[in-house]
Amino acid sequence: MSVQDDPIANRLPDSLVGYWESDLVKIGATLAAVYLLYLIAGLLLGYGLSGQLNSLRRLTFLIVLYSIGALVVNLHWGYSGLFNIGVVGFMAVGVYTTTILTRPVAGQNPTGTLSGLGLPLPVAIVGGVLAAALVGYIAALPSLRLRDDYFAIVTLAFAEIIRIAVKASELQEFTIFGATIGTGGGRGIRTYPNPINQFFEGTGAPIVDAVSSTIDGPLVSGWTFVLTLTLVLVCVLWLIIRIVESPFGRVLKGIRDDEEATTALGKNTGSLKIRSFMIGCGILGFLGIIWQGSQGYISPGLFVPQLTFFIWIAVIIGGAGSNTGSIIGSILFVGTIYLGPGYVRRLIEKFISLSGQATNFPDALGMLAGGDVSGILLYTLDQTSALRVILTGILLIWLLKRRPDGLFGNRREMASSIDIESRVRDRQSSDATDGGRE
Amino acid sequence: MSDLGGVDTQLLEVESLHKSFGGITALGGVTFEVESGTLTGLIGPNGAGKSTTFNIIGGMLQADSGAIQFGGEDITGESPDYIARKGLVRTFQMSREFQNMTVIENMMIAPTSQRGESAIQSITPGLREDVSEQEEDIFEKAWEMLELFDIDHLALENAGALSGGQRKLLELARALMLEPEMLLLDEPFAGVNPTLEKKLINRIERLRDKGQTFLLVEHDMDMIMDHCEQVIVMHQGDTLLTGTPEEVQSEERVIEAYLGENVE
Repeated sequence: MSVQDDPIANRLPDSLVGYWESDLVKIGATLAAVYLLYLIAGLLLGYGLSGQLNSLRRLTFLIVLYSIGALVVNLHWGYSGLFNIGVVGFMAVGVYTTTILTRPVAGQNPTGTLSGLGLPLPVAIVGGVLAAALVGYIAALPSLRLRDDYFAIVTLAFAEIIRIAVKASELQEFTIFGATIGTGGGRGIRTYPNPINQFFEGTGAPIVDAVSSTIDGPLVSGWTFVLTLTLVLVCVLWLIIRIVESPFGRVLKGIRDDEEATTALGKNTGSLKIRSFMIGCGILGFLGIIWQGSQGYISPGLFVPQLTFFIWIAVIIGGAGSNTGSIIGSILFVGTIYLGPGYVRRLIEKFISLSGQATNFPDALGMLAGGDVSGILLYTLDQTSALRVILTGILLIWLLKRRPDGLFGNRREMASSIDIESRVRDRQSSDATDGGRE
Repeated sequence: MSDLGGVDTQLLEVESLHKSFGGITALGGVTFEVESGTLTGLIGPNGAGKSTTFNIIGGMLQADSGAIQFGGEDITGESPDYIARKGLVRTFQMSREFQNMTVIENMMIAPTSQRGESAIQSITPGLREDVSEQEEDIFEKAWEMLELFDIDHLALENAGALSGGQRKLLELARALMLEPEMLLLDEPFAGVNPTLEKKLINRIERLRDKGQTFLLVEHDMDMIMDHCEQVIVMHQGDTLLTGTPEEVQSEERVIEAYLGENVE
């Protein structure tokens, strides 16, 4: 490991550097720090146990889902050099396919809801993942001919085409091969029930009752779901590590660095690029299924490009090419830029009494002209989503100037299924003791 | 070696390659043969079409017309990766190492038919053990090659951090990991210091003596004249002549081509 590149390892006492070297400790420490921050914020805001648990649940939920997205972007961009800025499109394909497959068949659906194919959820999930991978295949075909930036445009266009297609009134409800299905158009569509919620409403209800005296009932299923998602994240991480720490991943890295040179070494780069892209898109499809799909209702508005860019920011913070970096980047992104502004607003409102109301920008400016800064402050803090974008911009500029490779971008993650680094070190040290050349 | 006469030992046969870029004719009928087990030099002034010829042989460019035979097989128009897998491997004029990968990874990426290049094999428990087994062999081979080229101490460095000369060494070593029947080297000594250059040419000659075939583009005339058995001279997109270094040196036309005089 290149300790000299790690800003935190440099500041740690020697006895702790060894621990910090472990990726798991890095992730754990970052997560603990963010948790602590939110616990303190919760205390200051006077949250009770349920409030705290709910605050952390939402934080963890987003961190886990962003991490999965970031890992895929890292597989695509960090390892394969595939500039995928259509992330959200593949998520949409996954969740819409699964939804349509699970909706009850026509006649059995409650009035006013859309009908579908009535398949069981597990089958529908497989269908959604395969559909996303298939769309990924179609999107990847031009990558055989296009350079990075042009390919990026293709993926962005794909995502937008998908979003606009599901929005189209023509696809809102239609009959094909005798089955009436639809995307719900701009009005959206009700998704499948979350099996974990179902469990705690049925068989698991006594568990909820047992704890309901201490914490809010919905927290039980909420946290169970978040922990299940964490398990999914672990599986995705395992899968991606297996992929990149292998000869397959090695060729992907070669393609990223210099595709023509990789071809000159006898590698069929087109085929490998497509495979890498499809695997990632399949995972993204699954991400859509467990993210937007778990909220009970989806509409095209959820799948705007902004989500893609947020996931990218997480990867940029962590540093492309490092899986650990992608996860830590997600923790930091969600913890600061994404959820931070809302908490800051609530804290300010609680502790600084702000007089006056400013519901729009001219009002706020007017108050500012009158010497009252609270108006503009309130107005600014109200614009949570705009603040996210502004903070993102500031962070990007800072990163580009100070640490263009992200936190872990220049780290060495060896692409082989065996531990090359220790083998090389053994050889090198034995060479040295043999009085070898060097 | 040219005294072998009629015996068919030609490994690479290039026949009447034509290539134009827009209105400019880059190649106008390049024809030559490279004998198996030789070190053959390809020389010519700038713009003679040497790199274009390399690119076409390697499959990076398609010729407008003409044919290329390698080991008796017609490889005209085949893809670069197919040609490389057939045993005809090229290096580039500007080193094309994988900058953000370590030296050892650069080496290990090269061998063909690696089981682990299938994603399924690499992921699936049970199958991955086979991959790792092969990885051990590939690592051994890569390590030996790094030792041979005296860059084993750099194994864990990022290739992008290497000096120009070290990159040239790495690129040659990496190409040899493919165990190619024939290597096309595009100015392998450009930017390499004389000591290192001597070392490289020694390696190449030793490999040649073991039966490997080399086609070498080089501007250093002394190098070509001292080490090549056969020299192909290109000029203005055409093969001017082929012969031994002595024959080429005494040929008036070659001198004229280099000095920019009109030829015929």
